[in-house]
Amino acid sequence: MIRLRKRLNDRLMTWKMAGGVRQTVADIVERGSKNTMVVLGFSAIVFMVLIAVLAPVLPIADPTRQNLNVGEFLQPPSSDHWFGTDELGRDVFSRVIWGARVSLLVATLAVLVSMVIGVVLGLTAGYFGGKVDYVISGTIDLFWTFPPFLLALAFAAALGAGLFNVILAISISYWAGFARLMRGQALSMRERQFVEASRALGAKHPRIMFTHILPNCVAPLIVWASIGVADAITIESSLSFLGVGTKPPTPSWGWMLQSGMLYLDGAPWISTFPGVAMVFTILGFNLLGDGLRDVLDPRMKGLRR
Amino acid sequence: MGQLADLVSYVIRKLLLAIPVILLATLIVFLMLYMTGDPISALAPPHATQEQVEALREKYGLNEPPYVQYGMFLWRIAHGDLGISVGAATRNLEVGDIIAERLPRTLELMAVGLTISYSIGIPLGIFSALKHNSYGDRSVMVFTLLAYAMPSFWLGILFMLLFAVKLDWLPLEGTTGGFASIILPAMTLGIGNAALTTRMMRSSMLEVIRQDYITQLRSRGLPEREIIYKHAVKNAILPVITVIGLDIGWFVAGSVVVETVFSWPGLGMMITTSILNVDFPLVQGCILVLAMFVIAGNLMADILYAYVDPRVRLG
Repeated sequence: MIRLRKRLNDRLMTWKMAGGVRQTVADIVERGSKNTMVVLGFSAIVFMVLIAVLAPVLPIADPTRQNLNVGEFLQPPSSDHWFGTDELGRDVFSRVIWGARVSLLVATLAVLVSMVIGVVLGLTAGYFGGKVDYVISGTIDLFWTFPPFLLALAFAAALGAGLFNVILAISISYWAGFARLMRGQALSMRERQFVEASRALGAKHPRIMFTHILPNCVAPLIVWASIGVADAITIESSLSFLGVGTKPPTPSWGWMLQSGMLYLDGAPWISTFPGVAMVFTILGFNLLGDGLRDVLDPRMKGLRR
Repeated sequence: MGQLADLVSYVIRKLLLAIPVILLATLIVFLMLYMTGDPISALAPPHATQEQVEALREKYGLNEPPYVQYGMFLWRIAHGDLGISVGAATRNLEVGDIIAERLPRTLELMAVGLTISYSIGIPLGIFSALKHNSYGDRSVMVFTLLAYAMPSFWLGILFMLLFAVKLDWLPLEGTTGGFASIILPAMTLGIGNAALTTRMMRSSMLEVIRQDYITQLRSRGLPEREIIYKHAVKNAILPVITVIGLDIGWFVAGSVVVETVFSWPGLGMMITTSILNVDFPLVQGCILVLAMFVIAGNLMADILYAYVDPRVRLG
């Protein structure tokens, strides 16, 4: 353990002197590890990701196996079923764990896709300016007007339920935030000396945009992405709760809460445990994002609406 | 130009800029119907002959290319015609009439929610800023983090479990309990936004009480109460109040979920039930109306902001 820590420390030291993205990352790790919010949030995320990744090899019940024998369904938490069983006799504990897989997968992919859209459009708008900027930032403002959830609901309703459709619906609804952020960064950087220098050396536009400007925006992008995953989990579970998200029998937290609502009176554990897991995860990503923002750039405080 | 002329021209510019936003809203709503497949199956009676189907296609313009259909769609909504519901319970009723009947319920919920949100957020924010870095301040910050991390449907379920099932103080759902029925849904809707308001009020207040004129008032020997409540709060509350319009977006989005949880018969619940009933004209109508509220809220925020801060008008 000590050896591992020493090796990590060595790596951090080399990265700190490496310059570029690696230096930024080393910087984030170093400063973040001194902030309570970041450490708490990061630990929560690591815990949930580990559980989600290891779900297939953990010794837990099959999340979709039903058991309608007497004394098997709607059972309160016990040593056999830690979180009890639901109305179809399925093990709530294993469904919560498998639900983490779905939520994290959907949220991460959706944020990645919207980040790619947002970065490309925002960089292009901010870097080129003029008419290009006019058209792109017009589009950004259009999407920025509407709350992502309302847009995602409209798209999800049109596309129909399903894992892929939910990812798509969230991505189209969430990219505007990333685009605004990148546009601002690109605008402020395109007149900086290092950009002008590389332009003078004959670098092509895409090269300047993606190897000089983008690496300088890593810190705010990480902050936004972290908060974005929290938002995406909320949107995904809300959509599933309304019946337009992931389809059953995929164990999704939102869907579990919805079906558990009918049994609130007699079997509150069906809704309670997925709810707690969901809030724990969302809180983790929010803490990481908020903490990193405070650490990296206090000026970004007003960024979130 | 005079002050007022500036403001008027600013408002006109903002109104013009709202037009493309409205068009985008209609386009998304139009695409929704277009993407969900051939609407003729919902329009035609079950055993319609080929000729009858063709006649219906002709009547509703379904043979035209998409952009013509979009034009026709715009033309219809510009005349206040949102189409006809195809859901089982509301078949053949005008979408506009159904919405007009449901809308007051949503507005009522949003109004009470907003009131709750501001009456929690503003005092908490002031308290937190005055006790900066104390245990009180920290607990308020923990509350805002938790409240923000709670998806509204989960918060709603918890409220139901506590106040309706366990304590039996308030009605579980629906509107039969009179004013008591609105408390739980409005609280659910308001608390997430209260967290945001608290944070904004806190940072705005922190900024104001560190300014020179506050120090100057102190040096003149004014009582602390008077400094805080007459001068600091007055200035700190302004940026918080100006964004009240942006909160409408939050409430509109939240109302869909909250109304569904509490079976509150407003537009939001209408959307959910119509999606499940595959009643897309009704979904379209509801989403369009809610989108108009969001746009109006944004406009309101812009205008209030320009009214408060004259520098914005020229930008």
